Amino acid sequence: MTDFTHDEIIDFIYAEARMLDEGRYDEWLELWLDDAHYWMPLDYKQDDPHLTTSLLYEDMFMLKLRVRRLKGARTYSQKPKSRCSHVIQRPFVDLLDNEAGRYQTNTSMHYVETRLDDQILLALTATHDLTRVDSALRIAGKRVDLLNCDAAFGNIQLLP
Amino acid sequence: MTVQLQANKAFDAQDIERLVQDHQVHRDVYTSQDVYALEMQHLFANVWVFVGHESQTPKHGDYFTTQIGSQPVIQVRHSDGGIKVLHNRCPHKGTKIAIDRHGNTGTFFRCPYHAWSFETDGRLKAVPLESGYSDTSFETTENANGIKPVGAVHNHRGFVFARLADSGISFDDFFGDSLSSIDNMVDRSPEGRLEVAGPPLRYMHKCNWKMLVENQTDTCHPMVAHQSSAGTAVRIWEELGNPEPRPPAMQIIAPFMSPYEFFEKMGIRTWPNGHGHTGVSHSIHSDYDSIPGYFEAMCFTYGETRAKAILDENRHNTIYFPNIMVKGPIQQLRNFIPIGPDKTLVESYIYRLVGAPDELLARTAMYNRMINAPTSIVGHDDLEMYERAQEGLLSDGLEWVNLQRLHPSAPEDFSQEAVENGTTERQMRNQFDAWKTFMTSTMPRSASRNGSE
Repeated sequence: MTDFTHDEIIDFIYAEARMLDEGRYDEWLELWLDDAHYWMPLDYKQDDPHLTTSLLYEDMFMLKLRVRRLKGARTYSQKPKSRCSHVIQRPFVDLLDNEAGRYQTNTSMHYVETRLDDQILLALTATHDLTRVDSALRIAGKRVDLLNCDAAFGNIQLLP
Repeated sequence: MTVQLQANKAFDAQDIERLVQDHQVHRDVYTSQDVYALEMQHLFANVWVFVGHESQTPKHGDYFTTQIGSQPVIQVRHSDGGIKVLHNRCPHKGTKIAIDRHGNTGTFFRCPYHAWSFETDGRLKAVPLESGYSDTSFETTENANGIKPVGAVHNHRGFVFARLADSGISFDDFFGDSLSSIDNMVDRSPEGRLEVAGPPLRYMHKCNWKMLVENQTDTCHPMVAHQSSAGTAVRIWEELGNPEPRPPAMQIIAPFMSPYEFFEKMGIRTWPNGHGHTGVSHSIHSDYDSIPGYFEAMCFTYGETRAKAILDENRHNTIYFPNIMVKGPIQQLRNFIPIGPDKTLVESYIYRLVGAPDELLARTAMYNRMINAPTSIVGHDDLEMYERAQEGLLSDGLEWVNLQRLHPSAPEDFSQEAVENGTTERQMRNQFDAWKTFMTSTMPRSASRNGSE
């Protein structure tokens, strides 16, 4: 059973961002636990994903559906395809518990998504809950708080 | 023959009427800056437009800022318990009285610029250094009346509507029997009232507001445009071996892939003045027991017969002309707010059924998130179509947009309620008929013209 170091936890977050930027979505899906959720709240400091609207609260079926749809021949909102870029600040490791195999990080990011002549910039804070499974880190939950969560958005087609 | 509007011309009622034929509309209705300006001046002034829900302003002094057409307004709870809708503009120099989305102003408004103060119904309360206006006839000006209220306000079962114009069609005459959709939505609460649940989704579209409204009763697009989202969901579920209980994506997204026959049988109803809805056929197999405690609570309030009648009425999308869609069975409202001829802000609200179990609200919140958010894969499918249409309509190759599906051989009479095949475009034609009427009712009409046109 591996003990993870501070740097290894941080490297994981950088690697996840790079996977998304390089479009390695199938690899990215492998990082997630089956019962994990990707949560993007709608309200600033929202504390409940169930009884009020969120921008995203995706289970694995939805994440798989998104990834599969991106490759579809009749996915017209992706003709041409969007691309994204994450620029991240060094993550804070807020929890490093090797005994329980649980870890938590907090990372500021600037996320850019572009398609044709449109380019959007979103500032966000990502909170990752990670779990050790066998000797690997897996994502048990990801929460993405957009700085401008209450602004009006056009399409946000990829995943920050 | 081209009928497009010429720039820099004074437009009359006939110019607008020429843009709408019984089976097609001229593309200028979607792309022309002049038509848009006339919509803001006439259409959005003459009709009853949705403002907000009373639960957004529960206590005296609570306010929420929004717009009616292009007009910035404030919805505010007054001391008498009533809801007022005021133009968001200080009568002094024009400063907006409030710019936060919602708040509480206490017992009066105070303009931050020169501290003119106003009661919560807009009446002028006090002006600092008032002596400066003595012997100036200030009291005879419109500014001395305070913040200007809109022409008329009506609260129907918690839903606040307003008419900008001082005079015009009454609320009841405008909506008529179409109010039954709001009634059914509110009746689904064992306490007969709704409460707004959280902030709305806010989704910006680079297209004309009417395209969004038309899409709500466009029943021939889902199986095509949503194939990438709904179709893929079905395929993944089948590959997993059709697991039950179905994942949320299958309950909420997959139905968009229903075949033409399903939509044909579902039916469309139109009412006068541009209102209408999909989903006419009653569900004879309503799942009364799907959420524990709910049916019991409904029977306690309404008795079993009426409770069943309420829950059997499963309308899908109700359009309230000009620019909102209400989905009663899941307590959701979409407001298609015009920003420009090629720009629309869509705000999607959800409401709690007071007295009903939380599971209903959770299902509603899930639907709003999965279908109406800027991150929704179903939303992405649709926005792509609208924005491509807005760009494609710049082409002069063809000038007309067709709305002819299931157009009858005889002229249609929109003054009568009608129920038809669910793939008809009658509701779109109904909307344009009302559009023509309410635009031109306050536009000048030129004297009859001689010679050829």
